Amino acid sequence: MSADFRLPSGGRIDRDTRLRFTFNGQSLAGRKGDTLASALLANGLHQVTTSIKYGRPRGIMAAGVEEPNALVQVAEPFSEPMLTATTVELCDGLVADGLVGHGRLDTEPDTARYDAKHAHCDVLVVGAGPAGLAAALTAARAGSRVVLVDDQNEAGGSLLGRDDYLDERSSDAWVCDVIAELAAAPDVLLLDRTTAFGAYQDGFVLALQRRTDDLGFDAPRHVSRHRIWRIRAKQTVIATGAHERPIVFSDNDRPGIMLAGAARTYLHRYGVQVGRRIGVFTTNDSAYHAAIELAEAGMDVPVLIDARHTVPPKLSAECATRGIDVYPGHVVTGTEGQERLTDVHIRSITGGHADTVVCDTLLVSGGWNPAVHLFSQLGGSLRYAPELGAYVPGESLSSARVAGSAAGAIELMACIEQGAEAGRAAVTAAGFRPAAEIPVPFADARADEAAATVLWRVPGSENAEEDTQFVDLQRDVTVSDVTRATGAGLESLEHVKRYTTIGTAHDQGKTSGMLAAAIVAEELGADLADRRPTTFRPPYTSVSFAALGGRDRGELYDPIRVTALHDWHVAHGAEFEDVGQWKRARHYPRQGEDMHAAVLRECRAAREGVALMDGSTLGKIDLQGPDAAELLDMLYTNMMSTLKVGRIRYGVMCGIDGMVIDDGTVIRLADDHFLLTTTTGNAAMVLDWIEEWLQTEWPHLRVFATSVTEHWVTVPLVGPKSRDVLAAVAPDLDVSNDAFGFMTWQDAVLDVADGIPARICRISFSGELAYEINVNAWDGLALWEALINAGEPYGITPYGTETMHVLRAEKGYPIVGQDTDGTVTPQDLGMSWAVSKKKADFIGKRSFSRAENLRPDRKQLVGLVPADPTVLLPEGAHIIESDHLPEPPVRMLGHVTSSYDSAALGRTFALALLRSGRDRIGEKLYAPVDDQLVPVTVTETVLYDKEGARRDG
Amino acid sequence: MQLIPCPWCGPREEVEFHYGGQAHVSYPADPAALSDEEWARFVFFRDNPRGPFAERWSHTAGCRRWFNAVRDTRSYELHAVYRLDEERPVTT
Amino acid sequence: MTADIRTRRSPLDGWAERLAELAPAVEVAERPFRTHVTLRLRDAGRAAAVSAVLGVELPRTPCTFTRGDGPHGPVEVAWLGPDEYLVLAEPGLQRTLESALRQAIGDASGAVIDVSAQRTTLTLSGPKARDLLAHGCAIDLHPSVSPSGTCVQALLAQSGIVLLVRDADAGEFTVLVRASFAIYLATWLLDAGVEYREYREVPV
Repeated sequence: MSADFRLPSGGRIDRDTRLRFTFNGQSLAGRKGDTLASALLANGLHQVTTSIKYGRPRGIMAAGVEEPNALVQVAEPFSEPMLTATTVELCDGLVADGLVGHGRLDTEPDTARYDAKHAHCDVLVVGAGPAGLAAALTAARAGSRVVLVDDQNEAGGSLLGRDDYLDERSSDAWVCDVIAELAAAPDVLLLDRTTAFGAYQDGFVLALQRRTDDLGFDAPRHVSRHRIWRIRAKQTVIATGAHERPIVFSDNDRPGIMLAGAARTYLHRYGVQVGRRIGVFTTNDSAYHAAIELAEAGMDVPVLIDARHTVPPKLSAECATRGIDVYPGHVVTGTEGQERLTDVHIRSITGGHADTVVCDTLLVSGGWNPAVHLFSQLGGSLRYAPELGAYVPGESLSSARVAGSAAGAIELMACIEQGAEAGRAAVTAAGFRPAAEIPVPFADARADEAAATVLWRVPGSENAEEDTQFVDLQRDVTVSDVTRATGAGLESLEHVKRYTTIGTAHDQGKTSGMLAAAIVAEELGADLADRRPTTFRPPYTSVSFAALGGRDRGELYDPIRVTALHDWHVAHGAEFEDVGQWKRARHYPRQGEDMHAAVLRECRAAREGVALMDGSTLGKIDLQGPDAAELLDMLYTNMMSTLKVGRIRYGVMCGIDGMVIDDGTVIRLADDHFLLTTTTGNAAMVLDWIEEWLQTEWPHLRVFATSVTEHWVTVPLVGPKSRDVLAAVAPDLDVSNDAFGFMTWQDAVLDVADGIPARICRISFSGELAYEINVNAWDGLALWEALINAGEPYGITPYGTETMHVLRAEKGYPIVGQDTDGTVTPQDLGMSWAVSKKKADFIGKRSFSRAENLRPDRKQLVGLVPADPTVLLPEGAHIIESDHLPEPPVRMLGHVTSSYDSAALGRTFALALLRSGRDRIGEKLYAPVDDQLVPVTVTETVLYDKEGARRDG
Repeated sequence: MQLIPCPWCGPREEVEFHYGGQAHVSYPADPAALSDEEWARFVFFRDNPRGPFAERWSHTAGCRRWFNAVRDTRSYELHAVYRLDEERPVTT
Repeated sequence: MTADIRTRRSPLDGWAERLAELAPAVEVAERPFRTHVTLRLRDAGRAAAVSAVLGVELPRTPCTFTRGDGPHGPVEVAWLGPDEYLVLAEPGLQRTLESALRQAIGDASGAVIDVSAQRTTLTLSGPKARDLLAHGCAIDLHPSVSPSGTCVQALLAQSGIVLLVRDADAGEFTVLVRASFAIYLATWLLDAGVEYREYREVPV
């Protein structure tokens, strides 16, 4: 069955462009400009899917984002797991299926592009309907910067395809003129297919633009498919219109039951008749227009059921001339039909008359809910308007105004006037002088004749088993479900929402929220005016994670920071590890080597010959000023002011709680000039820390801190042969131990290229004779290659972070952040030697004498050697006392912080934080690993070269 | 994305800033003179008001300057920002 | 003594061709090895001496930069903080400028430090340069808000940058980026600029 429900004329589709698509396996055709929903309806298809809980057939109920039923999974040309047919623009080759509740994520990577863009404006107008257009025009004519966003493929909103007249021309012509004027203005940004989904503080609005979906397979690959607009507006005009409200009655969910305004949209925009024989059920005048317009278009409209006893006289008369029987004071009590509506049961409200009408379509209008979502997201309070049966903005916000039907206006003229006024107020608040004349065209649209009534539901069966009065169609929540919630004692709408799941589906209750609020109030005997509506939160409509991610994925997911030597590491086969955002060479495997083998080889080279690594990621801070030494004495636990120019000192930094936050070296360049190094991961933190103290506590200190991390390339040159290699590249430097002692530095010009100036520090993080050579980062590669050349006779070996870790652990040097975790004092690390007893104060000092920090059973850093020298303890393994696992709770003594296999020791070893650790040296303890208890012996932290004989080579 | 008005750079997105906790909590002149309890008060205890709260912020991604702000913890609204050498302004 | 220029490597060494692909919509190029010197100065009394050395006034307004021709050629001085400036000059002047500035501030409270390799310099211009930046930078670069002479430290994508508006109307910008972030930022610029590669100036 593929009957043609496309009218021979009318609508705003491109009738010459035929698009083929597949729905639920069926090949169909539509026209350019269709939505998937309008194309399905044009083919006579109402049912899209079945419902999530009861498996009932469900069809298209709306024509926009409020659609609760018509969920689809799109497979081609893009893959998206959950969209509504009413918001999918048709394209050639579209393949989609109806979706029962849950979408399926594609397992293939999404190859489309997504991006974001910032936009700034004086006035943001959301919605390009009559109110929004009037607002935007007023704001633009005042010379302000305007952004106008609209979620449809063309501007006009409710005017699209309608035959209203504005200033004696068609509303279409007015829309065209306004858009043309806006487009020509220098500082107006018009964004169609763009949904403002989140409104936040300080004029920040997020909007999703669908840029290429309508182009289907022809979408250019270099253009982002979706774009998140990050709009910052001084003033915002919310002209988002209203959503039509259904009425609840028994079997109100059958395919063919549709909102009356949606039927008008399908007629006027898409030239589609939604059925052959159409009943109408309303509480207000608007559905009369639907009935008349559909009848005019050739559809059979036998009945209009009006819940009001007083019906609009002129409209009723017009219905009569078109053969539409108007039933005042009647309601729909139920329907029949399986995959499609067949009959509608009607009854007089006062009793008596009842009838059944044969219909394939029932249009419903219970009134209009202003789309106050963005206003509510901004924290604007809502007020119940009894005449509308809906919440409207209850206050004005200083930087956001609501206009048109979003503010509860019904009539076209009022919408335009409100829009223009909101635009005028907004642009004035943004500091502009609006044009004297507000461009309000005169609308001849007809005023309502009879007041609307408010009807939430037509009572049906009270037997919950039989209840088919659906409140939330997408969640399959019925009136009985709501009364069960209130019966259980729930009163707050927020609680009812969570109890029943009402309003929590994909559509976020756009059609059900107000009904649920009303039914709950009814059950509680409360007045809606006294009740709080649920809070609207972003997003207004679903936004894919791909869109939110934008280009922050793949290699751009997180910045990858690299050193000046990175390309060399890559070219020489390095494996990398992530250290914060840095990529650091972890090891350099040779043919056939795994990491274990590579690291043993690199360690051996460092201990027996010479090796070098890229230490450039080390944080470096230049500190200048006459009070620099005084500041350092406060920042570090040890004394820095006594450091002589030309010398270097290791230092530990603590927080005010006495816990270690970083460590590094301090190099004294001059009396008033120091260079600090920090750990790779803490470079920014330490600079911030210094600035914090300097600016907030000690502004009198004349000290200036500057990050120079990336100005320098730093290359540790390590091993007994390092002196020879250094001598080869720095022939003018006396590298003897007497002339260049441990923990001193020298400036030299290296015999590299035309002479590279270098600062060389005799620092060792391995216990071996070692130098750290620093050069301007531009010269880093030249230095590195020169060292490789000069070291060739000694078998110089590049090593990575893994080897660095092993070498330092063999010497018991902790790594802040690996062997510490913010609960560890210098004393816990066995570093009392680095804590000054002479200084009156420094950051952390007072905390060392707190009782907690003096406890003998604090966790202390110790070494561990497994009884089996081949067993490698996993880092993080717990340490316990007994040789069998006792019943829980098991007393944990601590955990392994570092664990390696050591070439120098010929065995595995570990560092651990252990309760009363130093008192336990020599004890045998156990580490549960998988199902085994691994026996270990507690040792001192220094396992290699305890006497420090290797330092001077 | 809230805007925070840096006293030097003007309103900038909040991601450019670091939060520094309660303002006007000075490092004690002589920590050694404090009892353990007094010291612990300084180290660990901060106010947590519902309403206006004087806080420290640093414009880390901008000019790297610390400043103070009075922020309403209910609405996030910033009633005032002021430099460290300025008195806390009277806000309503 | 300076290092052999042929052996130097700038952070975006080898990227020139790829960056050039964004033209003519956006002309992006690295200007390697330029001189960058951080100047800290709390003593306003020395500003005149510093200006004399540079031939350029120090910027007095936050988030601006000054520029001019002085004894050391074309120089820009960017405001980075209430007592912090970044002096930008032609390549090879770091030693000269460092000592000249040190002399100018004398014993006043201040500091001078060569940071030339800390950041690299990118210039962006062309009809879509402003749009390209708007994809990742929250700063309003409309000429009425960020006129020529604006200098802001901000985020571009996920990287900190110093952004100088050289010519607001023509859309000419300088971006200073930390050396370690340069490849990230270049990769991001190429990605964000993909859709502008098709751009051709419409003949009037």
